[in-house]
Amino acid sequence: MALAGRAALRWGARLPSPGPAAAPLCRQPWLPAACGRPYSSRGKEEIDMSTYPVESIRNFSIIAHVDHGKSTLADRLLEITGTISKTDRNKQVLDKLQVERERGITVKAQSASLFYNHEGINYLLNLIDTPGHVDFSYEVSRSLSACQGVILVVDANEGIQAQTVANFYLAFEAQLSIIPVINKIDLKNADPERVEKQIEKLFDIPTDECIRISAKQGTNVEKVLQKVIEKIPPPQCNTADPLKALVFDSTFDHYRGVIANIALFGGEIAKGQKIVSAHTKKRYEVHEVGILTPNEQPTHKLYAGQVGYLIAGMKEVTEAQIGDTLFLYKQPVEPLPGFKSAKPMVFAGMYPIDQTEYNNLKSALERLTLNDSSVTVHRDSSLALGAGWRLGFLGLLHMEVFNQRLEQEYNMSVILTAPTVPYKAVLSSAKLIKEYGKDRITIINPAQFPDKFSVSEYLEPTVLGTIVTPHEYIGKIITLCQDRRAVQKDLLYIDENRVMLKYLFPLNEIVVDFYDALKSLSSGYASFDYEDAGYQSADLIKMDILLNGNPVEELATIIHNDKAYAAGKLLCERLKETIPRQLFEIAIQAAIGKKIIARETLKPYRKNVVAKCYGGDITRRMKLLRRQAEGKKLMRKIGNVEVPRDAFIRVLKRETDK
Amino acid sequence: APCPQWPYCRKRCSYCNFNTYVVPAVDEAAVRSCLVREAQTLLRLSQVHSVTSVFFGGGTPSLASPGTIAAVLEAVAGAAHLPAGAEVTLEANPSSTSASALDGFRAAGVNRLSIGIQVRGALPAAAAAAPRGPIVTVLPPQSLDDAELRMLGREHTAAEALKAVEAARGLFPGRTSIDLLFGLPGQSRDAWAQGLEATLRVCDDHISLYQLTLERGTALAAQVRGGALPAPPQDLLADMYQTARNVLVAAGFRHYEVSNFARKGALSTHNLSYWQAEQYIGVGPGAHGRFVLRAEGGCGREARVQTLEPVAWMREVQSQGHGTRSRAVLSPLEQLEELLTLGLRTDEGITHKRWGHFSPQLSLQAVFGEPGEARALQQEGWLVLDNGGLRCTWAGLAVLDSLLPDLLWQLQRV
Repeated sequence: MALAGRAALRWGARLPSPGPAAAPLCRQPWLPAACGRPYSSRGKEEIDMSTYPVESIRNFSIIAHVDHGKSTLADRLLEITGTISKTDRNKQVLDKLQVERERGITVKAQSASLFYNHEGINYLLNLIDTPGHVDFSYEVSRSLSACQGVILVVDANEGIQAQTVANFYLAFEAQLSIIPVINKIDLKNADPERVEKQIEKLFDIPTDECIRISAKQGTNVEKVLQKVIEKIPPPQCNTADPLKALVFDSTFDHYRGVIANIALFGGEIAKGQKIVSAHTKKRYEVHEVGILTPNEQPTHKLYAGQVGYLIAGMKEVTEAQIGDTLFLYKQPVEPLPGFKSAKPMVFAGMYPIDQTEYNNLKSALERLTLNDSSVTVHRDSSLALGAGWRLGFLGLLHMEVFNQRLEQEYNMSVILTAPTVPYKAVLSSAKLIKEYGKDRITIINPAQFPDKFSVSEYLEPTVLGTIVTPHEYIGKIITLCQDRRAVQKDLLYIDENRVMLKYLFPLNEIVVDFYDALKSLSSGYASFDYEDAGYQSADLIKMDILLNGNPVEELATIIHNDKAYAAGKLLCERLKETIPRQLFEIAIQAAIGKKIIARETLKPYRKNVVAKCYGGDITRRMKLLRRQAEGKKLMRKIGNVEVPRDAFIRVLKRETDK
Repeated sequence: APCPQWPYCRKRCSYCNFNTYVVPAVDEAAVRSCLVREAQTLLRLSQVHSVTSVFFGGGTPSLASPGTIAAVLEAVAGAAHLPAGAEVTLEANPSSTSASALDGFRAAGVNRLSIGIQVRGALPAAAAAAPRGPIVTVLPPQSLDDAELRMLGREHTAAEALKAVEAARGLFPGRTSIDLLFGLPGQSRDAWAQGLEATLRVCDDHISLYQLTLERGTALAAQVRGGALPAPPQDLLADMYQTARNVLVAAGFRHYEVSNFARKGALSTHNLSYWQAEQYIGVGPGAHGRFVLRAEGGCGREARVQTLEPVAWMREVQSQGHGTRSRAVLSPLEQLEELLTLGLRTDEGITHKRWGHFSPQLSLQAVFGEPGEARALQQEGWLVLDNGGLRCTWAGLAVLDSLLPDLLWQLQRV
C-alpha cells in the first residue's frame, strides 16, 4: 500500500531492525532523533486470542478530513485502553510530510488492537487504519471492508470539508455504522452546533447522535469507546468455517519479507499452516501470526472476526496485494468480492537531473516501490532528458508524496514531467484492430495517438470532484470549474455560509494546477476531493511542436480541441523564452496535423561577443566557454536548431506549488 | 609584457566590478616597493630576456605618482632588457591627467596613454618574448556627454575629458588611445552616432570601443534590474556596434580586434600580446599572468593570479617576494583553447605559424578543415580558413561568442 512506509514511521513500530532498506527510512531529517520504539511492548507472553469470541469484537476505522484530529483521537484511544503509556505524548502531526498536510493525505496510522473492559465484558477493539485520501480510495474501500463501523471526525471549527463528504459516502456505501464525532470543542471558535446541523443536513444523521469531544484534552473520548461497543455490530463470521482472510494492507521488512495485515472472515490461522493466495495461487507456509498493539505481538492463533498480521515468506509486496483473499491449502473458498489490481490514473516521466545519478535513482526507486506496489514503473528514455522512467500513480497526491519521499528519504532530486492521464480510443480501422488485437486501446504516449480517421471515438478519464467552500468564493470557483471543462452536478448550501459543489471534471484538467488555483482564489478556504468517475467521450487531438518545421517528439501532447489554441500559444511562448538565440531565425510553431495554430519567432543573434577580453579576464571566460562547449554534447538538435536540455526541463517540468 | 596593477581609485564607477579599492590614503611608498619587488621576482622566475611592452592598468594608475611608475620601469629594465622603443602604456583618468601630471609620467618612461571615461583598476603588465616596443594606454573618456558621465558615476565632465585628451595628444602624439562606452541605459542610436562624431573630431589614432556590460554587483546593474534605468534592447546594441564599426572604418581606422580600432599602425602592442597568446606577467593585486617558469625548469605555460586584496598582497610580497595566489600549469589543449578564444578576436585571426607554435603536430587544417562545426560555420559565412589562417568574417566577428562553443567542442574531440 502506498503509504505503508510512512505508517510504520508514525508508530515507530514496523522497522524493528535497522536493515539496509529500513535504515534510510529511519534517519530522516524531519523525524525526531529517536526512531526506536516509542511504545513499549505488552510483554513477551503470547495472548490467547481464543478468549475473544466474535461477539466481543468490534472492527472500526477513524475517517476524517486532514487535520481534523484523526491521529490525536487514535492516540487517546490507545492511551485509555492502556495500549500505549500516557506519557508518550502524541506529536505525530509535526512529523507529517508537508505535502500530506497541504494536500489532504492523512498519513496511515497503523492498525492496532485495543483491549477494553466495558460493563464487565472484555472487548477486543480493532482500530483499522485507512489511508486518508481518495487517491487511495480502493485501499480505503478494502480497509473499510474489514470494518463494521467508522468514527467520522469533523473539526468543530472548520466543519464539513470535501474529504469529510468523500469519506462519509465511502462508509455509507459500505453500509457501515457511522459514529459522528465533533472534535476540537476546546477551541475558541468552535461551533459544534453549526457542525451538527451540517451533519444533519448533508448526511441525515440526527444532531443528538453527534459526540462532542476534545481529543487533545481527552474530553468525552471514553464516550466514543462506549459508542463503538454499543453502536457497531460485531463481525458476522464463524471460527468453524474454513479460513478466509482478507489482505487489507502490507508492508515490507528487509529481514522478514512481507508483513500482511489481515482480517479473518472465517476460520482460524496459526503458525505452520499452509495457505494459498486466491489471486496469485501461490502457496505459503505461515511463519508467524499476531496482533498489532501497535507493535507486532505474536499470538498462537487468530480467529474469525479478528484482525492482525501474518508473515509467510512472501518476498515482494506484490505477493500480498490489497484485497486478496487467503485460504488454507486444499480448502479453497469463494474469494472476497471487490479485488482489483492497482490502476494508475496519472503518469509522469521521471529523470535524474544528472545522468550520472541514474543508478542511484534506480536503486532509490526500487526501494521505495518495495513498500508501494501501486506505483507502476516502466523504463523510458527521452532524447532530451536521457534515460529515466515513466511512472504511474493512483493520483496526483500519490505522485506528490512519492516524489517528496524520494527527495526527503533518499536525497534524490529528479526532473518530474508534467503529469498526463491515460486516454482511450475506440478503433474503427480494421487494420489497427487487428494490429492491437482489440478495438479499444489506452494511450499513454502521444506517439501512439491514432489519427481520427481510424478512430470512432476518443475517451478521456473523468472524476467527480467535491468542493466545499465559504459562499463568498462561489462565483470565482464556478468560473474556474467552467474553464476546466467541468460540468456542475450539484450545488448545496450546507449551512448559511458554506456551499458544497459537485462537478464532473475531465481528469487532465485537474492534474496540473487545479488545486493550487482553487486554494489561491479562495484564500486557502476551499477544500477539494475527487473520485474516479469513468471515461467520457472527448474531442481529442494531438498537438505537435515544430522548430523551423521539424517536430519535437518530446513536446507532442494529446489535448482537448477547445484547449489546443491556448496551450499551443503558451508552449510556444515558453519555448521562446527558454531556447537561446542562435545564428539564424527560429520559427516555433504549434500544429494540429498540417494546420499551424500558434507561432513565435526567435530572432537571430546580430551581436554576441564579449566586449572586453584581455589577460585578466581570460580564466573565468574560458571556464564559461568550456562549459558551453561541454553543453554541446547535451544539446538536442531538432533540424539545425540546438535546444539545451534546460529548455526541455523548463517546458516539460511540472510546475510546483506557488 | 609586465602588467603592473594599481588597484586604487578615488571613486568607484557605477558600472565597474574590477578589483579596485577606494581608500582615504594610500601608502604609496609601500605599494611602490611591493610592485618593484614583485616585478623583479616574477621576471626572474620567467627568465624573460627582453620585454616588449609594459601596461600600467588599474584601478587608476594615473593616481600613482610618476616616481612609482619610474621605479617599476627601472625594476623591469633591471631584471630584463627593456628596449628604448618598448611600448609603455598608462591607463589614465581624465580627472587625474593634468598636463603637468602627464609630463611627469612621460619623464618616467610612459610613451602611450589610454584615457578612460571609465577607469579600470589595475597597475602595469609587461609582455615578454619577441621584443618590440611597450605601450602606454591612457584610460579613456568613455563618453563626451555629461549626463552619460554622471550615470556612469564618472568624476569628470565632458569638457574635462576633452581637455585631457588634448593634453595627452600634445605629449603623446599618435600614442594616445581613447576608450568609449556604448549601450548606456537610455542611450539612443542618434546620441551614440553624435558621440562618435564628436570623438572622431578629437581622437588620436587609437580607439577602444566597449559595449557596456552590466556586471553583477555593480550599482548600475542594480538600477537596471530594479527598473530605475531601462535595459538597452539587444537589437539596438547590435545597431550601435555596427554603426561604430562602419563609421570608424570609413574614417580610416583598422578594426583590428572586436573592440579596438587603430589607424596609422597605432595598434596596441601590449594588448595584441594577449590576443596572440604571448607571455605576460601580471604584477600587483589581482593581476593575471601567463608565462613559463624557466627559473624552476618549467616548460609549460602557467596561469597565475596574484592575491586580490592589496593589504594581503603586500604582506605576501614582503615575505616571499611575490603575492601569487594561484598557479596552474595549462595543458596543451587548454593553451589551444585560449589561443582560439583570443586569436579569433583579431582581424588577422590565428595564423598557421602561431597555431603551429602551440600545436606542432596537429595543424589548423587538420583540426578545423575536416567536416564538422568549423566547416559548417565557414559555409554559413561566419568563418574563414585559408592560407592566412583561421579568422572571423566581418559578420562572424560580431557573433564570435556563438561560434566559440562549437569550435571548442570540435577541438576537444580531436
